[in-house]
Amino acid sequence: MTSGRTASDATSGRVWKKPPFIANPWIRYGLGVIILAYLYWAFSTLPFDWQRIAEGLPRAGKIFGGAVPPSFERGELLWTGFKESFQIAFLATLLGVLLSVPIAVMAARNVAPLPVYLVGRTLIIVSRSFHPVIVAILFVAAVGFGPVAGILTLTLYSIGFVAKLLAEEIEEIDWGQVEAMRSVGAGYMKILVYGVFPQIMPRQIGLSMYQLDSNLRASAVVGIVGAGGIGGTLMNAFGRYDYDFAFAILLMIIAIILVSEGLSGWVRKKIW
Amino acid sequence: MVDHAAKLTDRVWSRYDRKEQFTRYAVYLITVIAVVWAVSDIDIFWPWVWDAPNQIQSLAGRMWPPEFSKWDAIFSAMLETVHIATLSTMLTIFIALPVSYIAAQNTTPNKVTLWIGRFILVSSRSVNTIIWALLFVAIFGPGVLAGILAVMFRSVGFIGKLMGEAIEEIDRRPVEAMEATGASKLKVVLYAIVPQVMPAFFAIIILRWDINIRESTVLGLVGAGGIGVLLQGSIDMFAWQTVATILLAIVVLVILGEALTSVLRKKVI
Repeated sequence: MTSGRTASDATSGRVWKKPPFIANPWIRYGLGVIILAYLYWAFSTLPFDWQRIAEGLPRAGKIFGGAVPPSFERGELLWTGFKESFQIAFLATLLGVLLSVPIAVMAARNVAPLPVYLVGRTLIIVSRSFHPVIVAILFVAAVGFGPVAGILTLTLYSIGFVAKLLAEEIEEIDWGQVEAMRSVGAGYMKILVYGVFPQIMPRQIGLSMYQLDSNLRASAVVGIVGAGGIGGTLMNAFGRYDYDFAFAILLMIIAIILVSEGLSGWVRKKIW
Repeated sequence: MVDHAAKLTDRVWSRYDRKEQFTRYAVYLITVIAVVWAVSDIDIFWPWVWDAPNQIQSLAGRMWPPEFSKWDAIFSAMLETVHIATLSTMLTIFIALPVSYIAAQNTTPNKVTLWIGRFILVSSRSVNTIIWALLFVAIFGPGVLAGILAVMFRSVGFIGKLMGEAIEEIDRRPVEAMEATGASKLKVVLYAIVPQVMPAFFAIIILRWDINIRESTVLGLVGAGGIGVLLQGSIDMFAWQTVATILLAIVVLVILGEALTSVLRKKVI
């Protein structure tokens, strides 16, 4: 090895070295020091309960022992839970997508006047800033336990996502068609319906399918705080140490999400 | 010639042909049936629905004005939330990178490892953070460790999937060039693959950190640490004005996180 290196050194006069990822050595080592300091700070301030954690591994063994094999005995409960989750996701997607169309028009700078644009953007930012579970808690507190809170939560969640992307899509449309319609004297609504919507339609359908899929996932968790659906069943199973039933629910959730992901991917491919 | 023109003017313009129209009506019909089924079957207590706007208004009234006397407790809980998000994102990297390497079609050693990688990614993404948290709280007890693990287990699927896609899109030629010189597997990864996916790696990590901050705000609702513990506590005590303060604090945190990530992204890319 050494002899080879000296030989090549003799010809070229230098040894190849990998160029560092960050050129400035101060930043390179500084980042390392900062990360180490952060890790020390974070671990020393976080309250870890080491004794409980030490007991964790045997407890994990017990939980998994209790969970395998999964129990599908209470199929009735499983079915009603998933049915409700699906209904929540479906209704919320529909409501959310319907509401997101006007909001997206409001929030697109090229078709909305400035004050309307600001209102639209604010609506989108507000509906995006909270995690759906937090929204679900507030709705449960306001309208009581059950699927209504779930539907309201996921509707808001859908608006945040669909309206945002749809507004961006409207901002990027081909303006020529709108001008063509304007030149023949078409009104604002006509321009929207025939000049703008056909251009965003494929995207809208794709987004709706994606959102249905995403709402189906989210509907499993809003139930944990009491907003209906399979999440409530799962929470109860955990609370009663019914780990085999909980495991069955988890497996079903994974299976359903795989199916819905495949389905929505298929629909989106067909449309595009 | 005249005949031909007459034929053309006779035709009525329509946007869709017959088959397209049939598909459209079929989709409408299925949607309507599904709505009717869902609305009639779901267990909704309708008086509560009509009362909802009033109730929401009254709740908003009880939250106003936000009350700031507990700001130091809120601040330290927020710090805990950020720690959970940051530590879990950092730790996830060590698991997600090998998994993404075996889950990418062009780098995986064989079919079996490819499917193992894909299985890990899919199951990680299918289970929500809250559900992971539920599981880890049952195992390790309530606290930050359960939260960190929950966020980690969820992030592996996300980072791994995007990293896998980045690896699949690399330029093959540097890899082939190195293989031709007889470089070892590890060297090929280090010098031909890693430099190509480095920018994608940082972009994905930053994106996930931003998401994890939001996710970490709710972990406390099932007892896994962070601001959620305080939120749940205040809701249980009907301290709605404190709840409003916490919600405001979350919004501020999320906006700060978004601003920071957009600055970082510009620096990196």
